[in-house]
Amino acid sequence: MAKVPVQFTLNGSEKAEFVESGTTLLAALRDKIGDTSPKGGCHQGTCGACSVIIDGELRLSCLTLAETCGGADIKTTAGLAEGGVLHPLQRAFLDAFATQCGFCTPGMIMAAKVLLDRTPNPSREDVVEALSGNICRCTGYEPIIQAVLLAARANSQNAA
Amino acid sequence: MAIRRGRGVAAINYPTGMNLGGDPTQALVHSTPTGNFMVTLSSVDLGQGMKQIMAQICAETIGVPTDRVIIDTADTDTGPHCMGTFASRGTHRAGNAVIQAAKEARQVMLEVAAEELEVNASDLETDGQGNIQVKGAPQKSISIFDVALSAHFKRGRSISGRGMFLIPRSYPEKETGAMKPSTCYAHACTVAEVEVDDETGEVTVLTVKNVFEIGRALNPKMVEQQLVGGSWMGISHALYETTEPYYPNRDHGGTDFNQYLMPGPGDLAETEIIVLERPSADGPFGAKGPGEMCANPQIPAVANAVFDAVGVRIDTLPITPERILRALKAQAAG
Ligand code: FES
Ligand code: FES
Repeated sequence: MAKVPVQFTLNGSEKAEFVESGTTLLAALRDKIGDTSPKGGCHQGTCGACSVIIDGELRLSCLTLAETCGGADIKTTAGLAEGGVLHPLQRAFLDAFATQCGFCTPGMIMAAKVLLDRTPNPSREDVVEALSGNICRCTGYEPIIQAVLLAARANSQNAA
Repeated sequence: MAIRRGRGVAAINYPTGMNLGGDPTQALVHSTPTGNFMVTLSSVDLGQGMKQIMAQICAETIGVPTDRVIIDTADTDTGPHCMGTFASRGTHRAGNAVIQAAKEARQVMLEVAAEELEVNASDLETDGQGNIQVKGAPQKSISIFDVALSAHFKRGRSISGRGMFLIPRSYPEKETGAMKPSTCYAHACTVAEVEVDDETGEVTVLTVKNVFEIGRALNPKMVEQQLVGGSWMGISHALYETTEPYYPNRDHGGTDFNQYLMPGPGDLAETEIIVLERPSADGPFGAKGPGEMCANPQIPAVANAVFDAVGVRIDTLPITPERILRALKAQAAG
């Protein structure tokens, strides 16, 4: 099949790949570029494990074709830590014991990041709403909700 | 037609591991040249925290900080034998095997240290910080780093140990059928409060209060995490999880996990967890299995709460709106 060139920014660095037409962004990130932080849970848009941020919007990479991402600014959980220091959301997920098997975690963190970028002081209802597209089998969700609220508090203290 | 409230209670005993033909787990421990300790297991960490707990158990037994222990859960082709990670057995079975292996490794470590310090091994103790010292004379000490170097490069010793934990098979007595399926039981009790809409059959769990007796909690935060998730999963089993939630005819049912229902972040009951620790006689440092058992007591508690609310006994899981409505109809028909 004909290959299509695609160029985008991933976590701040330029990427250029040839992908087969129809390749999902999830497959391109994981199998071509080697960023395995987005997980393939259902491959049909229902679990949220593959969530990434494209031009500031939360997107399901399993339902996004790589070839439609030309010029896009893509962020994944793998790009959150800076200089070996965990992002406040990652820190909060650890401190709140919000991860067990970890399969949902990168998607949860992406969803939470988009929420906190827009709503720095979210209510519990805001958090529940923001996470409602992401499935977790292990934690019972409460620790994840608490982690996001914890990260929001940590952010506002840092800003103050 | 109304929203009706009910409250139900249930208590369980839950065996740690099973015993259908003997239930073994094995472990190997060895030191690296720099005095870190490697634990090789076939038991798998699938998020329940096996690696952390085994590192704690090994570190405590050898007398080193937990970060000096590396857990390799290898694979089942190459690792020491383990029956598997199921039936809440991981901490109990693998933990006992790790203790035995770590004790043997510790003994070799102390023997090498004794040769270096020219004292008796029985006079030595670990300080928990990575050193070995003479009891009562801590100024006479050697680091475990140096002991490992000596063992590897000077004395030709392998600081290592083998561990095996086996619950032997129990056969039923011919006369009575009595047998001992397990040597160790965890316990739990749950009170659930629900609202049942007797028009739609829908159940909302308002609160779920759980007490778990799980032996000693080797890592209290991880135990709590397991119990919170398990309590949620128990409600999920009670009310949601089936491949044909509303359709008795299989042809109309779900074909995919897409249609497999579980409560989401918006459907959470107010949850309380209380841990009681009564150390078990044969568990590693008194531990029992908190894993699978913690998702069980919510199920009968919710079933009892539904009965309390609307007076019907649902004896098939999950307790779906359809089952409740059918039972209510049968009840009305008398
Ligand atoms: S893998 Fe994309 S939503 Fe499940
Ligand atoms: S931590 Fe296992 S799916 Fe969420």
